[in-house]
Amino acid sequence: MKDRGTPIVSVKNVSKSFSGVTVLKNIDFDLYPGEVHALLGENGAGKTTLVKIISGVFPPTKGEIYFKGKKTAINNPHAAREMGIALIHQEPLTFPDLNVTENIFVGHTKEGKSPTIDWKKKRERARELLKSLGVNMDERALVKGMSIADQQMVEITSALSQNAEVIIMDEPTAALSLGEVETLFKIIKKLKKQGKAIVFIGHRLEEIEVVSDRITVLRDGEKVGEMQTEGTKKEQMVQMMIGRSVNEQIHKENNKIGEPLLKLEKGYVLGKFKDISIEVKRGEIVGMAGLVGAGRTEVAEAIFGLDPLQKGKLFYKGKRVKITNPKQAIDKGMALVPEDRAKAGLLLPFTIQKNVTFAILKKIAKFGWIKVKKEKQHVEDYIQKLDIKLRDMKQEAQELSGGNQQKVVLSKWLLTTPDLLILDEPTRGIDVGAKAEVYKLINSLAQQGKGILMISSELPEIMALSDKVYVMCEGRLTGEFERKELVEDKIMTAASSSLHVKEVASK
Amino acid sequence: MSGEQKAIKAKRSIYFKEIGTLLMIAVITIITTSIQPAFLSAGSIRSILLYIPMPIIVSMGMMMVILSGNIDLSVGSMVGFSAIMVGMIIRDNPEFPVWAAFVLSTLIGLGLGMFNGLLVSVLSIPAIIVTLGTLNLYRGLLFIIGGGRQIDPNHIPRSMIALAQKSPIFNIPWIVIFAAIFAIATWVFMKYTHSGKEIYAVGSNSQAARLRGISVNKIIFMVYSITGALSGFAGMVYAARNGYINPSNTGYGFEFVVISAVIVGGTSINGGSGSVLGTVLGCFLLAVIHTALPVLGVSGLWQQAIYGFIIILALVMDKTVQNNQMKQVLKRGVRV
Repeated sequence: MKDRGTPIVSVKNVSKSFSGVTVLKNIDFDLYPGEVHALLGENGAGKTTLVKIISGVFPPTKGEIYFKGKKTAINNPHAAREMGIALIHQEPLTFPDLNVTENIFVGHTKEGKSPTIDWKKKRERARELLKSLGVNMDERALVKGMSIADQQMVEITSALSQNAEVIIMDEPTAALSLGEVETLFKIIKKLKKQGKAIVFIGHRLEEIEVVSDRITVLRDGEKVGEMQTEGTKKEQMVQMMIGRSVNEQIHKENNKIGEPLLKLEKGYVLGKFKDISIEVKRGEIVGMAGLVGAGRTEVAEAIFGLDPLQKGKLFYKGKRVKITNPKQAIDKGMALVPEDRAKAGLLLPFTIQKNVTFAILKKIAKFGWIKVKKEKQHVEDYIQKLDIKLRDMKQEAQELSGGNQQKVVLSKWLLTTPDLLILDEPTRGIDVGAKAEVYKLINSLAQQGKGILMISSELPEIMALSDKVYVMCEGRLTGEFERKELVEDKIMTAASSSLHVKEVASK
Repeated sequence: MSGEQKAIKAKRSIYFKEIGTLLMIAVITIITTSIQPAFLSAGSIRSILLYIPMPIIVSMGMMMVILSGNIDLSVGSMVGFSAIMVGMIIRDNPEFPVWAAFVLSTLIGLGLGMFNGLLVSVLSIPAIIVTLGTLNLYRGLLFIIGGGRQIDPNHIPRSMIALAQKSPIFNIPWIVIFAAIFAIATWVFMKYTHSGKEIYAVGSNSQAARLRGISVNKIIFMVYSITGALSGFAGMVYAARNGYINPSNTGYGFEFVVISAVIVGGTSINGGSGSVLGTVLGCFLLAVIHTALPVLGVSGLWQQAIYGFIIILALVMDKTVQNNQMKQVLKRGVRV
C-alpha cells in the first residue's frame, strides 16, 4: 500500500452506548484526503452513529478523535463544520423558502465582520462553486419544490463554501433516481480530485463498487473488516455484512397454515409504494424484508388505515374490504404493533396497567366507568402469560426496559383478540434474551392460528421465523420466497436491487 | 437515460401571493365604486392614509414574528401600555418634546417586547400562551399604573397632532411617511442582513438552522424585541392621529388587525415565507375595506366579521397552494 500521509480524520478505539445499550464497540477508522471511504453494514450496524460522532452530533462514550493528527473534541455540528467536517443528511437540511444562494450562505456570519450581505458577491461565489461541481443550477432559484438530489447539491455547495475538507454523506442515494445517482457520483469524483475526503454510507453494493476506494464494514457495532474496493468481490462484502450464522436461539415451531386471512392486490400510495401484492394466511408468519425506507412500514400503515390505500384491492377473511381509518381495522380484528414504541406504541408516563388495557377500555367498562377489578385481572393475566418483568402494575411504562415495553405493547393488542397481527420491527432496541422471548411469543401466536405479518430489517429473524418472505426495495416488491427457498444472499440482493443503480454500474 | 442533470432555473412566480392581495384590493375598489361612485374621493384616500400607519408599523414586527414561526398576541396591549405611560408624562410636563415622547414610547415597548422574547426563547414556552398572558398582563398594568384615566385631547401637544394632519410632501401626512420609512428599513433589513435572512431560515427549518450554527433563541428574542419597540412607536402614532389616549380603547383588539394584515399579505402562518411588500399590501387591503364599508352603508359591526372571513380565505388559499406543492414534490418523489 502506498503512503497516504496522515489521515485527516482518525478515530481511535471509539465506543458509544445509549442508556446502557452499546451500539459501537472499539472502532478504529481512518480517513485520508482525496479518498472515498465507504461505510458498509446492515441496518443498525452503527454506520450512522459513527459519522454522527465524527460530525459532532454527539460525543463518543469512550475513545479519541484526531483531526489532522491532533487530538480534538468535536462538541457540536457547528464546530465540526467550522473545522471543515460537513455531514450531508439523507434528508437534506435546507430552507425551502430561501433561494439557492441564501441557502448556501445563511448562518455563515464568520467570514466577514459586516452585518450586511453583499448578495452580488455571494451570488458570484455560489455560481463559481456550483460550476466547479458541474451543477447546472440558477443560484437565484427557490429551493422549495426542488428534488432531494438538487437539495443535496445545495447542501454540498454550502459545505464547500465553508471550505469543508471532509464531506460525509449518509445514504445519499436512498431517494435518488438513476440520473441523479449518476450526477452525484460525478460530483463525488470532482470532490475527490479537489482533495476532499469523503465518507460514503450505503448498503447498495453496486454503488459502493462504483464510487469508493476503500471499504470499512461494520456489523452489530463492531468493525469486521477494512479493504480496498479494487479486488474485493461482492460476495465477500455480503459475507462480512451478514457474517454471523443464524442465531441459535431462534427456533421455528410447527404451525399449521390455514385459509387466507389478508390479501392485498396491487396496492398503491402516491410517493410511498406501488404494485404491492401480498398474502397472509391463518397461522402463517410472513416476513417483510428490505432496507430502511423501502416502504414496508408504509404498506402496513396503508393496510391498517393510517394512510389508506389510494389504489388496489384489499381482501380480509375472503371479503373485499375498504379500510380508511385504524378503528375499522381494529374492529375487523387487526392489530398493528408499531416500530417506534416511545412515539406510537406506548403512553410512556402512564402506568403499565393503563397501557395494557388502553385498547379495550370499552370492553371492561360499564356505563363509561372502568371496572377496576376486571382491568386488574386482564393485566395480571398478561403479565404472567408474557412474563413481563416489573415491580408493580402501577409503575410508569417508561421505567421498563425495551423488551418489557414491547411486551406491554403486545399485551395491549393481544387483549383486543386480533386475528391478524402486523409487527413492525418487533425486536428493535431490545436485548438478546428478550428477543428470544418475543420470538417464542410470535411462534405461539401463529400456532393459535393468528396471521402474522412481520416487518424486520434483521435477516436472521426473518430467516428463522418466516413461512414466506416478501422483499421490498424503493417502494416495489423485488422478491418473494417460500420458506424452503430462503437464502440470505438472495434476500439481500433483492433488498438492494435498485433498478437504477444496476444501470449506472453497468456503464 | 443520461445522467445529465436538468437545469434548475429561477422562477418568477414568487410574487404570486402579492398579486393575489393586489387583486383583492382592486376588486373591492371596483365593486364599491360601481355601487357608490363617491368612494373614489379625496376623503376616502385620506381615510385610508390615516388608517394605515399604525398597522404598517406594527405589522413589520409581526411579520418577522410570524416568519420565525411564532405569534405575538400582545401588540395591542403594548401599544396601549407605552402610549399611556408616555401620555402621563406629557400630561404632567407640557414642555416634554414630541421627539422624546416617541423615543421613550419606543423604549418602553422595547422592554415589553424583550420580556415576551425572553419567555418564548429562553424558557421556550409556546408563543401563543406567553403573549396571551402578556396581552392581559400589560393591559391590566396600564390600568393600575395609569389609574384608569384617559389622557385628554388638551394634554396632547398640538405639534404631535399636527403629525397626522400636516404634510411635508404631496399632502401625505407625517405619520404615513414614518410608516413608509419603517417599511423600507424592514425591507432592507430582511434582504441585506444576516439577521434578516436568519429569521427566514429559523421559520423555514429550525432544525437545519440550529445545525448551521444560527442561534434560534437569539433570533426569536430579536423579533419579539423589534415588535415591542414598533408597538411602542405606534402608541405615539395613535396619540397623534386620535388626539387622546384611552386605557381601554388604545390598542384594544389591535393584534387582530395586525395579524390579519400579515396573513392576508401572504405570510405563511407556519413561518418561513412572506414579504414586506405583501404585508404592506395586506394593510392597504384592510384599510380599503375599513373605508369602503361606511361608504356602502354597511354597519361597523360587519367589519369584524368581514375581516375574519378574509383571514380564513387567505389561510385556505395558503393551504391550497401548499398542498399542491406537496403533491408535486410527492409525484416527483415516486421512484417507481
